[in-house]
Amino acid sequence: MSDMYNVSASPHARSKVTTQRIMFDVALALVPAGAFGIYNFGLRALVVMLVCVGACVLTEFVYEKLMKKTVTIMDGSALVTGLLLAYNLPVSMPLWMAFLGSVFAILIVKMVFGGLGQNFMNPALGGRAFLVASFGSYMNNFEPVKKVATDVAGGATPWDAVDAVSSATPLAMLKNGETVDILDMFIGNINGTIGEVSALAILVGAAYLVIRKVISLRIPLTYILSFVVFMILFGGKGLDVNFLLAHVCGGGLMLGAFFMATDYVTSPITVGGQVIFGIFLGVLTGIFRVFGGSSEGVSYAILMGNLIVPLIEKITLPKAFGREGRKHEK
Amino acid sequence: MNKYLERLYNGIIKENPTFVLMLGMCPTLAVTTCAISGLQMGLTTTAVLIMSNFLISLLRNVIPDKIRIPAYIVVVATLVTVVELLLEAYLYTVFETLGLYIPLIVVNCIILGRAESYASKNTPVLSAFDGIGMGIGFTFGLTTIGLVRELLGAGTVFNFQVIPEAIDPIKIFVQPAGAFFVLALLTMLQNVFKLKSATNVEKSEKDKLACGGNCMECHGYQCIANKEVLTEKKDN
Repeated sequence: MSDMYNVSASPHARSKVTTQRIMFDVALALVPAGAFGIYNFGLRALVVMLVCVGACVLTEFVYEKLMKKTVTIMDGSALVTGLLLAYNLPVSMPLWMAFLGSVFAILIVKMVFGGLGQNFMNPALGGRAFLVASFGSYMNNFEPVKKVATDVAGGATPWDAVDAVSSATPLAMLKNGETVDILDMFIGNINGTIGEVSALAILVGAAYLVIRKVISLRIPLTYILSFVVFMILFGGKGLDVNFLLAHVCGGGLMLGAFFMATDYVTSPITVGGQVIFGIFLGVLTGIFRVFGGSSEGVSYAILMGNLIVPLIEKITLPKAFGREGRKHEK
Repeated sequence: MNKYLERLYNGIIKENPTFVLMLGMCPTLAVTTCAISGLQMGLTTTAVLIMSNFLISLLRNVIPDKIRIPAYIVVVATLVTVVELLLEAYLYTVFETLGLYIPLIVVNCIILGRAESYASKNTPVLSAFDGIGMGIGFTFGLTTIGLVRELLGAGTVFNFQVIPEAIDPIKIFVQPAGAFFVLALLTMLQNVFKLKSATNVEKSEKDKLACGGNCMECHGYQCIANKEVLTEKKDN
């Protein structure tokens, strides 16, 4: 018997891309940023990540068991959600709050709407929004856990170790008119949430995703470019390169642009739609950062963007060939 | 079952205005930040509902069919004004907590809904009992939602500290968004445990219809809810 005579139904050519592969690629791409977060904030950052990931996977598992559905935790999407949520939290976040945020992200934002592919907004950002609304003071608490003690004999465990980190985030300092060190911001030697601090680490991860063709650069680039244009026009500093770079590297813009705005489920599938989506996010982020009360605006910009995705897709839907196009004039 | 008791049962459980009929969502979502204000809102509405059902039932043969809705509104608005003035005079704290939502009782769809679907076709006493049942059901719904929101969002029950203050409450539950979560959660529980209600009993074809299948009493608007069942019937 030869394999040549195997009869099978179409499709015969299958793509090797599976949800699982995409999700593990994203998780892998998130590793540099997470590693830097652990380096920057100490081991507690790792604990927060483990709690978030564990809670997300557990919630999905329990929900699907209770509802007697196929258990989908192995597709890795809960893992990515957990990681992204952890990256959005400050390192001092109490663990039970991180747990609660993860449960909310998976259960309310994702599972009750029908699971992966049906969620109307990014679960991690939904979880973050829940935590900001519930525990605002903890979410904005960027006080380092403890300054690092150089001699371990002094009683400092690695648990408390935090590298030299100032207490305010660069964006908050910018908002108060203080100056910031661009190089520190690029490398990540600053304060902020666990995963957002190092633009460099995020770019390394993003480069991997682009090479693996998991994401296209369309949304991130239009997002960041339109944000820069907005800041030039309305930022109040004009074409001040330092100011612009600080805003691009600061806060969650990099993490949001490359890892959250590009989420397949909650971003448009049409090419034109992705460009509109990116510009919309850029402008919204600019509005929130310049005119808003808080110094940060990426997460809410992306959430708002998620909500208008169906509308964007509706207006950018390509015309069906041969039926809906302009009638040929003779 | 006694027809008066049946009305009470119907309002509290079978057609609970909050969890089954999903009526009166505006006060349900807006004033239930704590159990007390939910209770106050529920009782205020109940008072108006009983009186409006009774009066409209009395006037049901006098009100011309074509202008019945404006006529109901006039009756309800009068009653609400009376209640509002009474609250301002004797229960000023309640008046202050509920504020804008007292005048809004005029357009509360439970009250108009009961006037239209029940009081305009039944005797005054029966209608008053219907009002009591619906009112208790509404009060129960609002108080439960307020209780859960208060417990989760502030750690208190009827203003008594239950959860130690050291544990931070989940503030989102006393914010507007929390109302939606709690309402959905409680409705879900009600469905999970299959509490007998107009919407989750599937005994026979007739029971599927919200109006009980009595087309003589149907004013048409109920058909929207029954459309699927009716088309099925037609096809058969």
